[in-house]
Amino acid sequence: MAQTAGLGRKYLKAFVSGFFVAVPVTVTVLDRLAYVARVEGASMQPSLNPQGALSSDVVLLNRWSVRNYEVQRGDIVSVVSPKNPKQKIIKRVIALEGDFIKTMGYKNRYVRVPDGHLWIEGDHHGHSFDSNTFGPVSLGLLHGRASHIIWPPNRWQRIRPCVPPDRRPLLNWGGSTEDDSNDDNNNK
Amino acid sequence: MSQRFFSKVLGFIGYAVQYGCIAHCTFEYVGEFVVCSGPSMEPTIANHDVVFSERLSRRLYRIEKGDIVIAKSPFDPKMNICKRVIGLEGDKVCTSGPLDPFKTHTFDQSQDGTSHHINIQSRWLYITVPRGHVWLEGDNLKNSTDSRCYGPVPYGLIQGRVCLKLWPPHNAGVLHESPNTGRILRTE
Repeated sequence: MAQTAGLGRKYLKAFVSGFFVAVPVTVTVLDRLAYVARVEGASMQPSLNPQGALSSDVVLLNRWSVRNYEVQRGDIVSVVSPKNPKQKIIKRVIALEGDFIKTMGYKNRYVRVPDGHLWIEGDHHGHSFDSNTFGPVSLGLLHGRASHIIWPPNRWQRIRPCVPPDRRPLLNWGGSTEDDSNDDNNNK
Repeated sequence: MSQRFFSKVLGFIGYAVQYGCIAHCTFEYVGEFVVCSGPSMEPTIANHDVVFSERLSRRLYRIEKGDIVIAKSPFDPKMNICKRVIGLEGDKVCTSGPLDPFKTHTFDQSQDGTSHHINIQSRWLYITVPRGHVWLEGDNLKNSTDSRCYGPVPYGLIQGRVCLKLWPPHNAGVLHESPNTGRILRTE
């Protein structure tokens, strides 16, 4: 009898100590390194959720690469929604701080993205709740960068940054022609 | 001999990772100690005071009017600001700065705020805080760069609520109410 009680206590102890290791490590990994999220809605079609409501993609959000708030134009990022802090939205970065951008339906026709802000848009224009509605978003709201599509398995791929050609910033584009040439080199 | 050394090193790394993760979870979900600098919250919090900021009420969306919060600066995500919440979403607040948050923005690295001049206009303007945003102001209205300068701040930028002052010891304890009580409009 005493032996079983001792055994139970041993198991309990092992469970508790394992619990105190597993939970903090998991939480830290999800907070700092990578996060997995399901994409809902049609705002990023055709890059994500191409089949609409039939299937939803699961993406891997790289949180380590945005720890210094460094993103490129064309990256797909997740951002805490400025209108509803309980929700996260996933959009494409169109312009960085200092860029001039021609907006689509925002109150000003041309906007200079302020310091420490991003201009984000969904790929599915007209069906997306993005910077054209709420304006530039602060970099502090950045949550992660979508780096891979991991589900469904037939769509497993790395997500490469790409800016839609008609959505390039009007000015301040000089620094980024280099990025294009780098991309070409990588593809060869 | 070398094998033993190797296993010792591995064990040490394991412990380091475990305690690092526990520390991360504590700082991220419970609270942290913050050294405040700058005159914007005088007389409630003076320069170089140490305060404890708790993270829970932010995660549970329990930030209320009159709370002092630590938030990321909307124009520089690597800098934190410490201000008092004057209005939540839907509240009417009085702004004496420019209405358009991005039009006349002069931001010069200023938590010390020394070189700042806030142009208090004679006419008082009222705006409604938009959804998902808060209106932040320093207690030292004459020497504070806050929402009167850059407009409402997204809730997602709030990092924690300051609940205790720990240093200097002679006035440690809970924080005082705002000296400018007239700024917080109660809707009764």
